[in-house]
Amino acid sequence: MMGNVTLLEFLSMGREVAGHRPWPRYQLDGRSWRRLAEQMTVSNWEILAEWAEPAEVHVLLRGEDSGAIAVASHPCPDGAFFALGQVRPVAIRMERAIRDLWGLVPEGLEDQRPWLDHGRWGISHPLGRPRQYDGGRRPYKFLTAEGDGLHQIPVGPVHAGVIEPGHFRFHCQGETVVRLEERLGYVHKGIEGLAAGKPIHDAARIIGRVSGDATVAYSLAFARAVEAALGLEISARAHWLRGLFAELERIANHLFDIGAICNDAAFAIMLSHMGVLREKLLAANHAIFGHRLLMDRVIPGGVAVDLNEAGRQTLIQLLPVLRRGFKRAVALYDHTPSLLDRTTGTGVVHGTLAHRFGVSGVVGRASSRSVDARRMPGYPPYDDLDFIIPVLAEGDVHARIEIRMEEVRSSLSLIEQILLRLPDGPIQAALPLRSGEGVALVESFRGEVAVWVRVSETGKVVRVHPHDPSWFQWPLLEAAIEGNIVADFPLCNKSFNCSYSGHDL
Amino acid sequence: MISPIAKMLARHLLQGPHTIKGAPAADEGGLRELAESLGLTAQAKLGRSLAIREIDAGSCNGCELEIHAVNNPVYDLERFGIKFVASPRHADVLLVTGPVSWNMAEALRRTVEATPEPRWVIAMGECAINGGCFAGSYAVAGGAAAAVPVDMTIPGCPPTPMDILAGLRALLEAVEG
Repeated sequence: MMGNVTLLEFLSMGREVAGHRPWPRYQLDGRSWRRLAEQMTVSNWEILAEWAEPAEVHVLLRGEDSGAIAVASHPCPDGAFFALGQVRPVAIRMERAIRDLWGLVPEGLEDQRPWLDHGRWGISHPLGRPRQYDGGRRPYKFLTAEGDGLHQIPVGPVHAGVIEPGHFRFHCQGETVVRLEERLGYVHKGIEGLAAGKPIHDAARIIGRVSGDATVAYSLAFARAVEAALGLEISARAHWLRGLFAELERIANHLFDIGAICNDAAFAIMLSHMGVLREKLLAANHAIFGHRLLMDRVIPGGVAVDLNEAGRQTLIQLLPVLRRGFKRAVALYDHTPSLLDRTTGTGVVHGTLAHRFGVSGVVGRASSRSVDARRMPGYPPYDDLDFIIPVLAEGDVHARIEIRMEEVRSSLSLIEQILLRLPDGPIQAALPLRSGEGVALVESFRGEVAVWVRVSETGKVVRVHPHDPSWFQWPLLEAAIEGNIVADFPLCNKSFNCSYSGHDL
Repeated sequence: MISPIAKMLARHLLQGPHTIKGAPAADEGGLRELAESLGLTAQAKLGRSLAIREIDAGSCNGCELEIHAVNNPVYDLERFGIKFVASPRHADVLLVTGPVSWNMAEALRRTVEATPEPRWVIAMGECAINGGCFAGSYAVAGGAAAAVPVDMTIPGCPPTPMDILAGLRALLEAVEG
């Protein structure tokens, strides 16, 4: 182990891979990879994503306060690697997934159960060296809790209401949850396999559907990664329109989440009110940009649609309507003690745990983590705009609602700034035919979305890995519900609003 | 001081609801599909009411967002007697979204089997119709029809709330005869 060494100093012991932008990628041999794991026990380097190829494992890392970002890669021709999950529990599920998809064995990992592979694909290691699966379902061994009067409640994959599928195994004593274990992977669609080999614009359509609620963020992250790989600069107007789409998406989702959390506390009028505000915004999206959720509006090279003067006026007039309606709804929330009683002190995520898991987004910022990809590493147009990043320390459902409320106000202000100062210029640039590797980090309404991509000279995607912030949030939901009553699970779950599809890929 | 909720309720009493006036007519394409798949014998007296259980069989969650939207006060699906229920055992209709992932295929089949007859299955969105951009993956069986019999489709990526309303009204008309 070394003393004070920065991430980039440390990684420079490896071999730098040419043509990886905007942040460097280093290949580490077995010994250096193991030293990386050791160094992580004494550093606060954060894992942003971990994925693989048939004979190489990659980890996207963020350094200490400097915010330096780099990819560390470890070629493992013998099919095994030293598991980072031994020093960073947040990596455990990603490394289980790496074993399922690529067949690389995370050595030293205590939990060797499959994660995304439910034994139903007919093959094993679909992205590595696929083998016919020899048949026979493997029973999944859930973790247990033992003691007097404990009982289990299995929930899902088809569970309450209009919601994505996942399985939740509760161990309870009376009403109190003693342990929750999640089992996910039900909506695994093999997105990395589908996108590999596709022309860039076809792959963009697929990556824009990793998680439908964050379609702008995913399209943006993919576009930025491709543009980095190609060394392509796009126009200022395209950057600003992307910022506009991203903030419209953030507000639409936060409005719905605030309403839906209150609805799960049986306070339905908030959901109705938020639903009306959200609908005004989506209807404007449809009228101006041609899609309610803005799918496929951000494309590699720029944006697919421009904003004309009439559309700009429509949005400018919509802002005070949203502000007024939102203010009324916040007043309603603040003056309803029976509702505050349900949200305050419920589902607490302690700051230490949030830091340990390197969690981003609303969940992180409600538990004292001041992270936001728009500020660090930062990307246009945000470097030219004023906005605040709210942070609270309480870590309960109430704090997650408050963070969302502050971010709605902040995004409304961002939209106003963009509409008033939108630069002129083209909205698209042609993609040059060039090979390269690129990575991008983008702030979705849910947290940091990372996309890594390798493109070929023929304009095709060779490999792509999209990473959802939910990977780091789902494990914390298990911690947040402990000691709470079963009836508060919907409330806690909705206050996280993790993506199933984004996680399962 | 007048409480915020009293103000809000008073405002809505005076201004009227947010609900859009009128509603889309029953979807023609949906009616044609239903005429073929149902025949006259499947008509049932449901008292002009339908109970729907939604099943995400592998969706990106975009379709779910628009299903939530048809339940908001603007589209207000329940004014047509159509409502979403939590259990397939209470449902007349299963609204399937997403391509059917192999990891969800059995859960989808078992949910359909748990729904009492007469029951109808709607495939909603491009993915549920033919797998959409996820067709051809090792992890995807295909559209909903790859796992369960489908009576009707609602196209779109995702379908807008108006598309969903038109589709559901077609079903209501067809099964009521």
